[in-house]
Amino acid sequence: MSALLQLSLSEVAKGLQAKEYKVEEVVSACLDRTVATEPKLNACISVLAEQALARARELDAAGPPCPAPSSGCGNAGSTPVVPVGEIAQSLWGVPIGLKDNISLKGSRQTCASRFMENFQPCYNAEVSDRLLAAGAVITAKHNLDEFAMGAGTENSAFGRTHNPWDLDRVPGGSSGGSAAAVAARQCYAALGSDTGGSIRQPAGFCGCVGLKPSYGRVSRYGVAAFGTSFDQVGPLTRTVEDCARLLAVIAGPDAKDATSARLDLFPDNLPGQDFVAQALIGASREPGELLKGLKIGLPVEFWESGVSAEVEAACRDILNKLEGFGAILLPVSLPHQKYALAAYQVMSTAEASTNLARFDGVRFGRRGIPSDSSAAFDDLQELYIASRSQGFGPEVQRRIVLGTYMLSSGCYETYYRKAAQVRRLLVQDFEKALGSAVAGASAASGTCDLLLAPTSAATACKQGALAGDPLMAYKMDLLTIGLNLVGLPGLALPVGLGRESKLPVSLQVMGRAFDEAAMLRLGAVIERLAPAVGEPGGVEAVCK
Amino acid sequence: MRITKKWETVIGLEVHVQLKTETKLFCSCPNKFGAEPNAHVCPGCAGMPGALPVLNARAVELAVRAGLALNCRINLESVFARKSYFYPDLPAGFQTSQLEPPICAAGSFEGIRINRIHLEDDAGKCVHAGNGETLVDLNRAGTPLIEIVTEPDFRSPAQAAEFMRRLRYLLVYMGVTDANMEEGGMRCDVNVSLRPSGSEAYGTRTELKNLNSFNNIEDAAECEAERHREVLEAGGVLVQETRQFDPENGITRALRSKEEATDYRYFPNPDLPAVRISREFVEAVAAAMPEQPEARAKRYLDDLGLHQEEVAILAASAELGDYFEAALALQNSPKRLAGLILGELLPECNRRGLGIAEVTGKAGHAGQGEPVAPVFTAERLAHTAAVIESGKVSLKVAHELFADLLDSGEALEKLAEQRGLLQVSDSSALEGAVLEAIAANPEEAAAYRGGKSKLLSFFVGQVMRRTKGAGNPALINELLKKHLQ
Repeated sequence: MSALLQLSLSEVAKGLQAKEYKVEEVVSACLDRTVATEPKLNACISVLAEQALARARELDAAGPPCPAPSSGCGNAGSTPVVPVGEIAQSLWGVPIGLKDNISLKGSRQTCASRFMENFQPCYNAEVSDRLLAAGAVITAKHNLDEFAMGAGTENSAFGRTHNPWDLDRVPGGSSGGSAAAVAARQCYAALGSDTGGSIRQPAGFCGCVGLKPSYGRVSRYGVAAFGTSFDQVGPLTRTVEDCARLLAVIAGPDAKDATSARLDLFPDNLPGQDFVAQALIGASREPGELLKGLKIGLPVEFWESGVSAEVEAACRDILNKLEGFGAILLPVSLPHQKYALAAYQVMSTAEASTNLARFDGVRFGRRGIPSDSSAAFDDLQELYIASRSQGFGPEVQRRIVLGTYMLSSGCYETYYRKAAQVRRLLVQDFEKALGSAVAGASAASGTCDLLLAPTSAATACKQGALAGDPLMAYKMDLLTIGLNLVGLPGLALPVGLGRESKLPVSLQVMGRAFDEAAMLRLGAVIERLAPAVGEPGGVEAVCK
Repeated sequence: MRITKKWETVIGLEVHVQLKTETKLFCSCPNKFGAEPNAHVCPGCAGMPGALPVLNARAVELAVRAGLALNCRINLESVFARKSYFYPDLPAGFQTSQLEPPICAAGSFEGIRINRIHLEDDAGKCVHAGNGETLVDLNRAGTPLIEIVTEPDFRSPAQAAEFMRRLRYLLVYMGVTDANMEEGGMRCDVNVSLRPSGSEAYGTRTELKNLNSFNNIEDAAECEAERHREVLEAGGVLVQETRQFDPENGITRALRSKEEATDYRYFPNPDLPAVRISREFVEAVAAAMPEQPEARAKRYLDDLGLHQEEVAILAASAELGDYFEAALALQNSPKRLAGLILGELLPECNRRGLGIAEVTGKAGHAGQGEPVAPVFTAERLAHTAAVIESGKVSLKVAHELFADLLDSGEALEKLAEQRGLLQVSDSSALEGAVLEAIAANPEEAAAYRGGKSKLLSFFVGQVMRRTKGAGNPALINELLKKHLQ
């Protein structure tokens, strides 16, 4: 494996800026690594080798946006030290992957569905545009559970993705392809989407850092919708600093998304937006200085939900260290968390059932074949039934049926409205624990600065363990869906390997709305205190 | 066919009105009729994966305007819902409409109670080709509509049709819609039921879908009421269902019954935050609304002293009335301005087959063709009136030059000057023509002097001919009288 691949995103970006190596070298290293590992991982649906190399050469020809001082950019003579991240093209030349439900012109957008096998999007997602504007090179479209519905990247029409730590295990889902690719160093970072934990849970299973931003923080424009009021796009990276850099690029209001938060309209009432600076502070200052008096809440409903002994142990190790540096650990209660899974299932499937109505075989995607394949359809109904039955996999069909039922006349009041009420109560629970975002500081007595809990109750499970037991699969999201229901941000980061499984254990930092900066700062502290997870053994063993 | 007195017909309307906006309800595609199929389509209105809706503020404004014009309560918060059903002309698989609360509620117009007005997007169109293929045109998909729902307050089909005519007139006048019926700009679903005269309870109703002419509304309701009567009088039972009117054969046909009705699975559209408007916004919309036509007519009659016939035309269109008043603000000669509009401008528009907006420069709404340049603005109209009032150019010359005035973009006095038609108000310049006219007609001059004073107008005409119409008539009169003494 090329030494370039050992670098973090922040490091490689710095080296590229300084012209220590060419973009083409970095991109080629990633593509080579992808070719070497894909037969075992199946993390990618499309590898964009040609496009990525062409863009790499273009970038090399143009040179970095603000080259080294010797070349005479800026005020010659002085040494312009421009920290990466504060310049417009903070990802210049950096290979990054996209979950394949994010639209990128020039490459198909399958959503891991047979239905969309050959679908070519005609426009870029806002996050794709922002990555490209920041100078990134998109190297691959990653595998996922079909339409992001699943927890193990096993529901893909393009085959399952394998966990680089143990090829017989799931990488988590639905952004499992992205997590596996980042862990296996096919790219420096990836964007996933998180509806009920789909960034954080696979990041946890693969030993990566994953962040679900506050709802409205990142534009959803161009991301095939699953649960509209839950979906957020976010980074999967190998370090907290990398995560902050990527978030800084994709965050911010977008006029094309009506649910995008117009934080620019309320500049005075907001937590800081300096993600990178806060991550760097967390990584560099004395832990005691940062942790003394910090109030960290431990939601009992999360810690007492059947968390495995090794996950609990690894997480408790960190808690002890935080406490040792002066952090105040407070048990908090989120009483409505016990209804979260049910409310999530009702509302996310309801939204999904209408979001997926457009896949009807009429305008795009795969049109079904009549049962008597020589004949035409007798009527429109048959065309719809054939297209949707043949195009969607079983899990997607299950959720469409479920969501359609939830909204049907008579059921709406019983299920959907009830779930919406639970959602509001859970918002209140979190507000009680954390205080509201606008109030800012934890001045209000009894509220915490941040919450901590395991990302998942257990480490990565064996492949096939979730098949045939949809309810078990849904429970995989138990500790992550709460944040999607209430719209708050969450950061999952590795805190070592489980003592029995030797698989990564992940801790979840939960923060106030739009206070990702505080989460990233604490995340960077934890990253220093936690034992390194090292290299994923499963893929290393077979892809030297 | 007449419905006997035994039965009372009860009718309610659901009226769909296309809003006069530049762009569609949730994307920036033009809201324009008559383009090549699928010319006005983007990822949003084509329902592409990942595309998102953003609400058109102008559509909200026009819906509020309609609500105010129909005396509705304006809801400061309203919610868009997804209304799900499958059809090839519905790209997202759901329509985005308002269920509860709608933007306007509880109004009344012409004595009919308005239940609600809500905003929604229109579907595209399926074009059934001759070869059995069906083609989809999404130009109309996403165009903004309001649906106006009345209470079942009509007691005859004719009353419902007349209401529709007045409603259309008002909404066009208010600038809410262009409401071209042939283009589907205004469509109507008619709910019909019968009940024994004197009864309070409503009978079973049927709904007639998508009627797009006033006559169709009346004929369809008439024929459906007759069908109800026949069924009821034969002791039969009516089924609540949706029906279609066949104007060729004068019958209605069942489309689907209540049992077969689609379950639309309404729920709040999570892509769109609730529509929140302020009291100030509503007040600003109210302030910017055109004056109601009756109030305007009364003002023209009483305050400006215009004739009934003039008022009937000027106050009938907000566009024309606004134009007139813009000119009036610059030149306080109401009669002169009204005369120019009715006597010159409108006939000229008719000859050219142009709408008033195209000539006066207020066009610009999609679908009305290119504006005619140079336009005859209110400023130019006022100036023209002022030139005539000042006596520089005679009315007669202005009439002759009017077409050129529109074509050239020049000022009236400039055109008159170029052609030597400025009104001559200099007595020494006119005196020659007066003397000439008298000398050339000695017999008439003698008769005039003999007491035939009516011959004065003959001499005015003679002088006018010699000055090519540019002589000031008052001065000519004066000079003639002097020289004929």
